[in-house]
Amino acid sequence: MPPNIAVKKMARHWWKALAILLLIYVIIAGFTINIPIIGTNGQSSRGLFFHVPMWICMYTMFTISVVNSLIFLSKYDLKRDVYASSAAGVGTFFGVLGFATGSLWATYTWGGTLTSDPKQMCTAIAILIYMAYLVLRLSIHDIDKRARISAVFNIFAFALLIPLTYIIPRMVDSLHPGSATTPGFASNDTEGTMKMVLYPAFIGWTLLSVWIYTLVVRYKKLELKNIFR
Amino acid sequence: MKESVHQTFTLVRKDLLLELRQQYSFYGVLLYIVSTVFVINLMMGRPDDKLWNALFWVVQLFVAVNAIAKSFMQESRGRLLYFYSLVHPRVFIAAKLIYNVVLMLLMSVIALLCSIVFLGNPLTNAPYFLGIVLLGGVSLSLLFTVLAAIAAQANHNAALMAVMGFPLIMPVLMLLANISLSAFVTVYQPGLPKMFLLLGGMDVLVIALTMVLFPFLWKD
Repeated sequence: MPPNIAVKKMARHWWKALAILLLIYVIIAGFTINIPIIGTNGQSSRGLFFHVPMWICMYTMFTISVVNSLIFLSKYDLKRDVYASSAAGVGTFFGVLGFATGSLWATYTWGGTLTSDPKQMCTAIAILIYMAYLVLRLSIHDIDKRARISAVFNIFAFALLIPLTYIIPRMVDSLHPGSATTPGFASNDTEGTMKMVLYPAFIGWTLLSVWIYTLVVRYKKLELKNIFR
Repeated sequence: MKESVHQTFTLVRKDLLLELRQQYSFYGVLLYIVSTVFVINLMMGRPDDKLWNALFWVVQLFVAVNAIAKSFMQESRGRLLYFYSLVHPRVFIAAKLIYNVVLMLLMSVIALLCSIVFLGNPLTNAPYFLGIVLLGGVSLSLLFTVLAAIAAQANHNAALMAVMGFPLIMPVLMLLANISLSAFVTVYQPGLPKMFLLLGGMDVLVIALTMVLFPFLWKD
C-alpha cells in the first residue's frame, strides 16, 4: 500500500484516536481533580463523569435506531434494518451501564440500590422496552418480516421513550439531582472544574459508543454477507 | 372519506355481531375476571386502599391482554387476506380499535363491579374512579390492539404480546395508578391536570402512530 493512501485511511479514523485520548483524560482527571463537595454527595459526585454520558450515548444510539427504522419502512433496504437493530442493541447496553452507575451512586447517597424513585423506575422501564424489541427480533425467523415488524415496534418504543424519560420524571418529585425540587450540580460547580471533565466525557463516550456501533454493524453485515454481497 | 367511515362501521358491526352470536370470548373473559378477583379474595380477603388499587390495575392489565389478544387470533389467515383485498388497512385497524375500545369499556365496568363485590369498596369518590377506569380501559385497549396486530404478524404468538406489551404499558399504568389515588383519600396532587393531559396525549399518539404504521405491517 502506498504511504499516502495509508495516511488517508488513518485520517478517516482520527475520531477513534480522539475517543481514546478523551477517555484517558476523563478517567484520570475524573478520579484525581478537586471537585466541589455538594451537599451530602461527597466524592460520589465523580459518578457524574460516567453516569450522565451513558444516557447521552443511549439517546444517540436510540435516535440512530429509530431514524434507520423510518428509512427502512420507506425504502425496504435490509441494510437499514441491520443499522437499526445494531444501534438498539448498543443503546440498550449503554442504558444498562447508565442504570448500573446510577444505582451504584444511589446506594451511597439515597441509601438503597433499587429505590422507588420515579426517575430510576422510568429508566428501568425504558430499558425493558428496548429489551422487548430485541426479544421480538429473536422470535421472528423470516428476515424480511422481522425487519418490517421490528421497525414498526421500534418507532412505537421511541415514541414512548420520550414521555417516559423526559416528561414524567419532570412532573413528579424525585431525589435525582436536577429534577423538580432537587437542585442540580451545575449551580454548585462555581469554578467549573467539573464541567472541564464533563464536556470532554460527553464527547469521548459518545465517540466510543459510535465506534462500538460501527463494529457491531460490520459483524452483522458479515453474518448476512450472502444477502448483501 | 365517507366511504371509509361507512366501511369502518360495517367492520365494527360485523365484529360486534360475531361477538353477540358466538359469545365465546365475552363469557371467557367474564369468567377470567370473576375467577381472578375471587382468587385475590380467597388469598387476602379485603385489601386496604393502596393494595386494592394496585390489584385492580393488575387485573385490568391481564383482562386487556386476554380480551384483545382474541380479536386478532380469531381471524384466520385466509380471512385476513380477504379483508386486505376488500378495504384499506387503515379502515381495518380503525374498526379493530373501535371494537376493542367498546369491548374493553364493558370489561372495565365488569371488573370494577366484581372488585367492589369481592374485595370491598374503599372508594370515597366512586364517579371519579369510574371515569378513570373507563379512561384507562381506552388507553389499555388502544395500545394492546396495536401489539396484538404486531403479534398476529409474528405467527400469532400470544406470549410475545405479553413480552412486548408489559414494558410499553407500564408508563400508562403508572399514570393511572397515580391519578386514581385521589378516589380513595383526599390527597393534594398538584400535577393532576397535567397527568390527565399526558394520558390523553399518549392515546392520541398511539392512535396516530397506528394509523400511519399499520399499512406497513400488513404488506405481506
